[in-house]
Amino acid sequence: MAVDVDALPGGVRRLAPPPRSLALAASAVIGVAAVVAGAWILPLRAVQALDASADSELAATIIAVAFGALATLLFVPAIHATVLSLRSRDLESDGDIVEARHIAARSCEKARRALGYALAVVALLSILLFLLANDAAIIETFLSWEQITRSAADVVRAFWLNVWIAVVAECLILLFALTLALVRLSPSRAMAPLRWLAIAYVDVFRAIPLIILLYLVAFGIPIAGIPFLSDLPTTWLIVLGLTITTSAYVAEVFRAAIESVHWSQTAAAKSLGFSTLQTSRYVVVPQAVRRVVPPLLSYFIGLQKDTALVLVVGAIDAFGQAKIYAGNYFNLSSVTFVAVIFIAITIPQARLVDYLLAREARKTGMRRL
Amino acid sequence: MTALLDIDRILKRFGEDEVLKGVSLSVRPHEVVCLIGASGSGKSTLLRCINGLETIEGGEIRLEGDVVSGPGVDYTALRRQIGLVFQSYNLFPHMDVMRNVTIAPMKIGGLGKRPAEERALALLRRVGLEEKAKAYPDQLSGGQQQRVAIARAMAMEPKLLLLDEITSALDPELVNEVLRLVRDLAEQGMTMILATHEMSFARSVANTVCFLDDGQILEMGPPEQIFESPREKRTQSFLRTVLEAGQL
Repeated sequence: MAVDVDALPGGVRRLAPPPRSLALAASAVIGVAAVVAGAWILPLRAVQALDASADSELAATIIAVAFGALATLLFVPAIHATVLSLRSRDLESDGDIVEARHIAARSCEKARRALGYALAVVALLSILLFLLANDAAIIETFLSWEQITRSAADVVRAFWLNVWIAVVAECLILLFALTLALVRLSPSRAMAPLRWLAIAYVDVFRAIPLIILLYLVAFGIPIAGIPFLSDLPTTWLIVLGLTITTSAYVAEVFRAAIESVHWSQTAAAKSLGFSTLQTSRYVVVPQAVRRVVPPLLSYFIGLQKDTALVLVVGAIDAFGQAKIYAGNYFNLSSVTFVAVIFIAITIPQARLVDYLLAREARKTGMRRL
Repeated sequence: MTALLDIDRILKRFGEDEVLKGVSLSVRPHEVVCLIGASGSGKSTLLRCINGLETIEGGEIRLEGDVVSGPGVDYTALRRQIGLVFQSYNLFPHMDVMRNVTIAPMKIGGLGKRPAEERALALLRRVGLEEKAKAYPDQLSGGQQQRVAIARAMAMEPKLLLLDEITSALDPELVNEVLRLVRDLAEQGMTMILATHEMSFARSVANTVCFLDDGQILEMGPPEQIFESPREKRTQSFLRTVLEAGQL
């Protein structure tokens, strides 16, 4: 609908002009052109510099060309933005300000998208060039298929140690950390000395670097000759060390979650005749546990990765095993493989927790968990 | 008739702030007492003192002649006999309606699962929410949640039910379903103390109305007297204010 601007009384309600879209569209075209040129030229030059067999070079050339071709698609939103911007200008000069604004806004959105995607292409381009640098040394050093297949069986077998340590430590941490949190939050006067001890525990063991604590526990306890403890195998001492440290963090997670349960829930439980312990057991802790799950998972993923620290006390886990291969063959691909295993077990856990939380929210109708 | 509950000149302070300044009140079995008064006059605190959620600094509370205030009282045992329903319902959000109503009788009353569920179903039928037994609190309207909260309190078969402004958080169209339920309970002989802003309801359901002002019961009597010929100036001005607000 055309609006006759001059007909508006006294120009008081003059319509605001459309956003200035042409400069943005032009910079999108220029930026995209530069990125596309780089995406074609740089990978192909890197491929030419490879000292590889004809087969590998053909494969690398195909990848480089595909990359360039995909990058060329950036022109679609950039040119669309320009076309829209020009149309907006025509509409504005025809006096259809409102429609001109709509078109100009779409033009700006397209131009921004072209620039944003171009930045992503730059990032991918950097990674590709990094992989191809120095005669594809990165690929050969870190991703050698031959080295990975050679070490895989032993590494996977050794990874069992990481899994075992993590699972046992996680069970112990859940119990110990919850106890610490409940002691710390206990309102009873009789618990005051224990409360101070719980606070001191969290302060001290959060402060000690895990690697130092593991070293002290795994080497020190056997030397000290304490009954029972000193007879534990190294793996159990490692579990102990991880439990001591991680419980201090997780106790704080539990404490925050318990404190986030509104006091009115406690009042309601007490009014029904629940004792303090029963109130925790049936009302407060079950609600706190639901809120604790996402941060708890973060700490547990951290713990699972920390199991690789057992290397310093001489246990052979997946990393230790992979290092042996890396040393023998002067190639790090077996260690890369360990990293891939860690990724492969971590991501499903994250998705599982998302799924469980979503299912719980659907079931109870509770939005905030 | 002997009193079920005797409140004898109780004092309650929050820091420097005197919230209850020697409140005395006697409640006979099957009596319905309404506490009215402005916000901050001490209605809620009085209810919370009765079931021991707040400790008192002076005076005494007796239930069936036994002292139930001060140190050495088994408050968990006391609260099993005195139900409290809150303004904000405070249902347990992680339990379905059935579990909300059965958990206290099962874990505290020592009732088995089957009899507890039978009792709960009977109560839910009474509050008209039998078909919501499997629903979770967040899936219910405010009025439905409050009716469940009443059923939850009733499941412990209390001798006395305290209702703390139970309709104040409800949308106006949901108030009546809750008040109708309270009226039913009153007609069935439940002993109740209500803190309320619903003056017309207080007038029709109460045996005794107490006007609280600044931590004291300023005036107490049958509803006709309090609402039609209040003696105290403060009562008159309070009722006039409420009347102007269109609540009477």
